[in-house]
Amino acid sequence: MSNRVRISSLFAVMAILLVTVGVVQSPSLALAILNLCLISAVMALGINIQWGYAGLLNVGIMGFAALGGVAAVLVSKGPVAETIAVGAPGLLVALLVTVVTIALIVLVYRSMKGRLRSLLVTLIVVAGYFTARNFFDPAVVAIESTDSAATGYLGGLGLPIIFSWLVGGLFAGGAAWLIGKVSLGLRSDYLAIATLGISEIIIAVLKNEDWLTRGVKNVTGLPRPYPVPYEVEIQQSPAFQSWATYLGVDVVELSSIVVKLAYSGLFAIVLLIILLLCESALRSPWGRMMRAIRDNETAAEAMGKDVKGRHLQVFILGSAVVGIAGAMLTTLDGQFTPGTYNPLRFTFLIWAMVIIGGSGNNWGAVLGGFLVWFFWVEAEPVGLWFIDLLTSGMDETNPLRQHLLSGAAFMRLMAMGIIMLLVLRFAPKGLIPESRR
Amino acid sequence: MEIMNALALLSNYLVVPALAYGSQLALGALGVTLVYGILRFSNFAHGELMAFGTMAVILMTWFLQAQGISFGALPTELLALPVGILATVVLALGTDRVVYRFHRSKKSQPVIFLIASLAVMFFYSGLTRFIIGTADRNMGDDGARFIFTAREFKEWSGLDEGIALRTTQGITVVVTLVCVVALFWFLNRTRAGKSMRAYSDNEDLALLSGVNPERVVLIAWILAAALATVAGTMYGLDKTFKPFIYLQLLLPIFASAIVGGLGSPVGAVAGGFVIAFSEITVTFAYKRVLTYIMPGDNVPDGLVQLLSTEYKFAVSFVILVVVLLVRPTGIFKGQSV
Repeated sequence: MSNRVRISSLFAVMAILLVTVGVVQSPSLALAILNLCLISAVMALGINIQWGYAGLLNVGIMGFAALGGVAAVLVSKGPVAETIAVGAPGLLVALLVTVVTIALIVLVYRSMKGRLRSLLVTLIVVAGYFTARNFFDPAVVAIESTDSAATGYLGGLGLPIIFSWLVGGLFAGGAAWLIGKVSLGLRSDYLAIATLGISEIIIAVLKNEDWLTRGVKNVTGLPRPYPVPYEVEIQQSPAFQSWATYLGVDVVELSSIVVKLAYSGLFAIVLLIILLLCESALRSPWGRMMRAIRDNETAAEAMGKDVKGRHLQVFILGSAVVGIAGAMLTTLDGQFTPGTYNPLRFTFLIWAMVIIGGSGNNWGAVLGGFLVWFFWVEAEPVGLWFIDLLTSGMDETNPLRQHLLSGAAFMRLMAMGIIMLLVLRFAPKGLIPESRR
Repeated sequence: MEIMNALALLSNYLVVPALAYGSQLALGALGVTLVYGILRFSNFAHGELMAFGTMAVILMTWFLQAQGISFGALPTELLALPVGILATVVLALGTDRVVYRFHRSKKSQPVIFLIASLAVMFFYSGLTRFIIGTADRNMGDDGARFIFTAREFKEWSGLDEGIALRTTQGITVVVTLVCVVALFWFLNRTRAGKSMRAYSDNEDLALLSGVNPERVVLIAWILAAALATVAGTMYGLDKTFKPFIYLQLLLPIFASAIVGGLGSPVGAVAGGFVIAFSEITVTFAYKRVLTYIMPGDNVPDGLVQLLSTEYKFAVSFVILVVVLLVRPTGIFKGQSV
């Protein structure tokens, strides 16, 4: 079976699955799953760029996605004048001090050598840290105590939220640059561990720096991107109501479908653009070079390719795509909740998508995103149903039955692990293998 | 006297907790380092293996308690520990048989092992949560709570500041000491241990000298699983058992192993204490210590805390980054790059 037939048939299966959910459960639910499938597919594409093109192992997807979420808040929320008045000057000075400190460190690091250099760098770090804290702390206290129930943070730029998708990509790319600089060029394990660390730190910062994103108090009520309407508004329009009667659907139900469809359209456009770019990149000489580097670093280096530079580039690009997906996710949720970022869901599930879908093949990553997310959502009701069936002979109050029912949700973790292992063993190239060029 | 009070305060809130935490990290890092030395991949499932082992210990403890069996002044968990270790060893060996052995026979790249360990992590985490749920479980609820309390210490020493030593902290340190001594004795004095070290140093040479690779791998997994169970149980006794925490422990454990030098057991122990002491030193609030030391009645404003405790991960991460930049092989020259 050629790859093309394989791709179309597998995507057809995926479409049938989604339609089945639409018919059996509800169309609104099917669209909700589809939207997250689209976002997952974008994330999986980002990881595929890193792993499939270059063999880089990123285990900090959660952090990059969260940076996208921050971008959504900082771009779309309006500025809060009171907090800016009390806190911005202090923060700016602290920022200035930090920048000067870093510049000094770079200067000393480049111009000196030996013990004296380490000593001086340490001194500058300590002095810079305490000076910055001196301005930073009072500003933060002032910001966070200003109307902390409603705002207590600086707010954002008040721009349309759609821009945040780009900004999210920039944030994530910036973080990736920092990590890549440090850990690329070492063993592949070290990049994995470094990304794991940075993602934990990003989440810790977002949970605790209330002045930036309100921390665990969450930012709710993010505006929607341009074409997406609000349910309440369209429900009241007479034209919409006549549509609903014409179609014979409940107004509320139809409005929720319309909103979700609008999101699906937007996400699909983003996915298609990124997919197109990825495909053409893979076909270009650049893609050929990346594959050469991945398959034999030494040979590629001997041919004069800048392996470390290419790795850094591809690591930044992939992380930026994850950041875009993260911003899209927060846009869809309409709120930013740092407490919900969980590595199992945001990092390891994406890995399952890439591995199962087929690393090195963009279509594979997209399919993996769809299939795994679908499975992830549907495994819960199916697992519950299965256990219910299995234990139906038992009494309602049987403790074993109750325990199994309450634990059914975790069966999908086990199932996901088993599927991944099976794929690694029997189809190590995934459902849609990388095409030979 | 003021200085003594400050020292007592520091011991109580910094040294004792850091010793206990460092022991737990050292045990965890030893497991990671052993697997790395023999199988040559970073085992991301190690945190979940710890969680599974701890869960087995908790279940056995419940069983023992239901039978009315207890361990006197010590928590019942210690009695249940062997059973927990056995269960974890069985799980680890089963995983190796089903998952890793295939990839070994195919000579897969280390990175494929790493991804397989991600999948295994998924499976373990589901298994643990399926059996015991995600809730907090208190451990060590029987036996004596303290070896000596803060008040007893104050009466004994006549200081204003007391040092309390909880039973669980004492047990953690003692058990770690026993484990580490036993492990080093095994690695340096026994034939099997020597063959493990030989295999870790140079695989081809060891194979030529007649070392059986499957046996070495088997022993490595048994040791890693046992260490994981002990580490997880000690952490749970000292703090609390919650599956999610063990996922988060992965970072400091990896940091400890790398700082010490991946593949080097001595390094893992040293790394564990380096990470634990730096984490707690940096996130400790020095206000009360300074109140004692500073001349006159000067009281510093604020908590005099370098970083808030939520950022303890950042500390292990920064140390990790510095080590990667300055000395990628770690303090004790492990295998690297």
